[in-house]
Amino acid sequence: MKFLDYAPAPESTSILNLRGSYGLYIDGKWVSGRGGELTSISPATEKPIAKFELANEQDVDLAVKAARKAFEGSWGKLSGSERGKYLFRIARLIQERAREFAVAETLDNGKPIRETRDIDIPLVAAWFFYYAGWADKLEHAGVGPNPKALGVAGQIIPWNFPLLMLAWKVAPALAAGNTVVLKPAETTPLTAMMFADICEQAGLPAGVVNIVTGLGSVAGSALVGHGGVNKIAFTGSTAVGRQIAKTVAGSDKRLTLELGGKGANIVFDDAAMDEAIEGIVNGIFFNQGHVCCAGSRLLVQESVHDEVVERLKRRVSTLRVGDPLDKNTDIGAINSKAQLERISKLSATGEQEGATRWSLDCPLPGKGFWFAPTIFTGVAASNTIARDEIFGPVLSVLTFRTPQEAIEKANNTPYGLSAGIWTESASRMLRVADSLKAGVVWANTFNQFDPTSPFGGYRESGYGREGGRHGLNAYLQAGEVK
Amino acid sequence: MSEMNIPKTYKLFVGGAFPRSESGRSREIKNPAGEFVANIALASRKDARDAVVAARSAQSGWANATAYNRGQVIYRIAEVLAGRFEQFAATIRETTGVTSKQASAQVQSAIDALISHAGWTDKFAQVYGGANPVAGPFFNLTVPEPTGVVSVLAGEQTDFADLVRAIVSVITTGNAVVAVVPESISLAAIEFAEVLATSDVPAGTVNILTGDVSEIAPWLASHQDVNGLDLSMLEAELAKNCEELGAETLKRILRKSGKEVTDLHRLETFVEAKTVWHTKSLS
Repeated sequence: MKFLDYAPAPESTSILNLRGSYGLYIDGKWVSGRGGELTSISPATEKPIAKFELANEQDVDLAVKAARKAFEGSWGKLSGSERGKYLFRIARLIQERAREFAVAETLDNGKPIRETRDIDIPLVAAWFFYYAGWADKLEHAGVGPNPKALGVAGQIIPWNFPLLMLAWKVAPALAAGNTVVLKPAETTPLTAMMFADICEQAGLPAGVVNIVTGLGSVAGSALVGHGGVNKIAFTGSTAVGRQIAKTVAGSDKRLTLELGGKGANIVFDDAAMDEAIEGIVNGIFFNQGHVCCAGSRLLVQESVHDEVVERLKRRVSTLRVGDPLDKNTDIGAINSKAQLERISKLSATGEQEGATRWSLDCPLPGKGFWFAPTIFTGVAASNTIARDEIFGPVLSVLTFRTPQEAIEKANNTPYGLSAGIWTESASRMLRVADSLKAGVVWANTFNQFDPTSPFGGYRESGYGREGGRHGLNAYLQAGEVK
Repeated sequence: MSEMNIPKTYKLFVGGAFPRSESGRSREIKNPAGEFVANIALASRKDARDAVVAARSAQSGWANATAYNRGQVIYRIAEVLAGRFEQFAATIRETTGVTSKQASAQVQSAIDALISHAGWTDKFAQVYGGANPVAGPFFNLTVPEPTGVVSVLAGEQTDFADLVRAIVSVITTGNAVVAVVPESISLAAIEFAEVLATSDVPAGTVNILTGDVSEIAPWLASHQDVNGLDLSMLEAELAKNCEELGAETLKRILRKSGKEVTDLHRLETFVEAKTVWHTKSLS
C-alpha cells in the first residue's frame, strides 16, 4: 500500500438473506417457471448468486390472467386513497430495508455500493412515495374528467438500474389503478424478486404485482404480444423498442418507450471549470456509463479544449475502479461479458477510425468484467464512437467554435434523450436549452433524477415520459363525461 | 344573358404554392349525380417528398414565432374561412351530397375548431408543463416543444370539419403539416389551402396533397424526416400498415380510439416534453 492509498472498506453482505433459487411471483404466490433457469452471477467476481427460474409463454399468460383478475376484483374496487396507502407503505418498507437492497443490487449488477446506497435505493423509495400521493388525485392529472386506469400493464425493464426502473414502472401504474406484469432483465432479476417480498409485507392483494423473470425473446415477446395486456412500458435498446412498436401496431395497446441515447455535454469557454469537470465525469462514468442518458459526447469549445482534456484526465486518474462493494469504489464492474465485449469492440473501432485513445492506467481485478475509464480525443462527428451508443465508461471528445455549431453538433444524432450545458451565462444557457432536441437538459449539472421531474426522449430515444404528472398520464385514460 | 361559369383548377398545396402533380396525373371529381365537377391533381411519391421538404423548412420558423403570433394567425384562418362560408358550404354539398344544413354545420364546426385553437397556442404550455418541485437546489421546468413534421392522413369518411380540426391541432403547438386527403373532400381541402395561403400562415407550414391516400400514406409513414402520424381518421387496415412502417423511425402516432379523440389528447400527442434543470446557488 502506498501513501494516500485507501484500505479496503467492503460493505458486508451478511445483511442479505438470499434463497438458493427463485421462482416466478404470480398471483401472490411463488410458482415454478417452465422456461428453464439461469444462474445470476456477480459481474465483479463471476461467482453465482442464486438460481432464477424463467417464464415461458404459458407462465406469462398465467401472470396476465392474475393481473386481470386483480384489476377487475380487489385492486379495481379500491378507492384511490386506499391504493395510495399501499404505495406509501411500500415506500416505507423500502426505506427500512434500504441497505439490504443496496447490497443486493451492487452484488447482482456490479455498480458501486456508493451509488446503490446513495442514489438508486433512495430514489426507489422516493418514487413510490411520490406516486402514492397521486392515487387519490387522478382528476388533477390532466387527462380529462373521470380518469381511469388502462387495465393490465406489461412492463419490461433493463439491467442498468434494476430496482429503480422497477419503481419507475410499477409506482405510477399502481397509483393510477392498473395492475402489472413486470419482466426484469435476465442478468439482474435479484432485487425484483426481493421486491415481491416487499409486496407481501405491504399486504398488497394477490395479482396486483406479478414478476416474471425471463428472456426477452420468450417472456418479453409473450408479454408484448398478449391480447390481455392494455399497456406496454419498455426501457431498453432502440432496436427492441422499434420491434415492440411494430408488434403493437393496429392494436389498442398503449405504448411508452424509453430507449437509447447519445447525449451531448456542451462545455462553453466561460464555464465554471471545476464544476464542469465534475459534471463531465459524472455524466459519463456514473454507473460505468451504463446509462441511457449518459453525456457520452463531450462538445468542448475549441479555446478551452486542451485545458478541459488535461484537467479531465487528471480528475479521472483519481477514480478508483474495483470491488463494487467497497465503499471507496467509484467505478464498478461492467454488467456482463456480452456488454464488456461490445464496449471493447466499439473502443477498438474508435482507434481504427483515427481517434486518440486514453485509458486510465489502473489495476483491474483478475476475475469479473472490467473496463478502465476511457477518453477519446480527436473524434470526428462521423466516427462510430460519436454516433453509436456504447453504454460503457467511454467518452468521445469533439470540439466546436460557436454556440450555433455546438447546437448543430449536439442535435446531429437520431437520438434525443439528454444533453448538458456548462456556461456561466444564463441567457446563453436558456437559448441553447431551447434549441437542443433532448427530453432532459441539465444545465451546470448532469444525471439528476427526481420522481417529480419528467424523463424521456425525443426522436429515436422513444416516447412518453416517466416521472411527474406526465409519468402518471402514461397509465391513465379519459373516462366518460357524466 | 347568362355569363359562362368559370370553373376552377384544383392543384396541390406545397410550400405555399399551388403546383400540379409532378407526375402529371389528375382525376375527375363528380358529384353524387355523376356529373363532372372538376379535376384534382393526383399526388405522387415525389410530391409527398417535396411536401416534407417544404414542411421541414418551414417548421422551425413557425415554432419560433411567439405563441401570441401563432394564435393570431390561426384566428385569421377562421376569419378568412368565415368570409367564404357560403362557398365552402356549397362545395361540400355539391361534392359529398350532404344537405345544406349538414354542409353548413361542417363549415361552422371547422371555424369553431380554429377559434378554439387560436386560444390554445399561448395556454397549452401552462396546462401541459410547469415547475417540478425536485428534492434539491435546482430550478426545474417542463415545457412542451413541437415534435416537428406531422403527416395528417384523412380517410374516406373524414369530413371537412374533422380535417380542419386535425390540421389546426398539429400547427397550434408549432409543428408543420403534410396532409393527404382523398377525393371525397379534395375540393374543400384545396379551397381551404386558398384560405391558408391568404391568412398569414407561413409558406410550407401546412401542405395539402390530394389523391389516393392508400398510395401516398405508406410513403409518408416510412419517410425518415416525418416525426408524427395522425392515423385517427384512417381505415383500420391502412392505419395498421402505416403504424408498422412508422415504428421504424419511432414516429409519434395518433390512433383512432373507441371514444372521440379529445382536442387536448391531439395536442399532447405531437409535442415533446422537455425538462430543463439548472443549479441554484449564491456563488
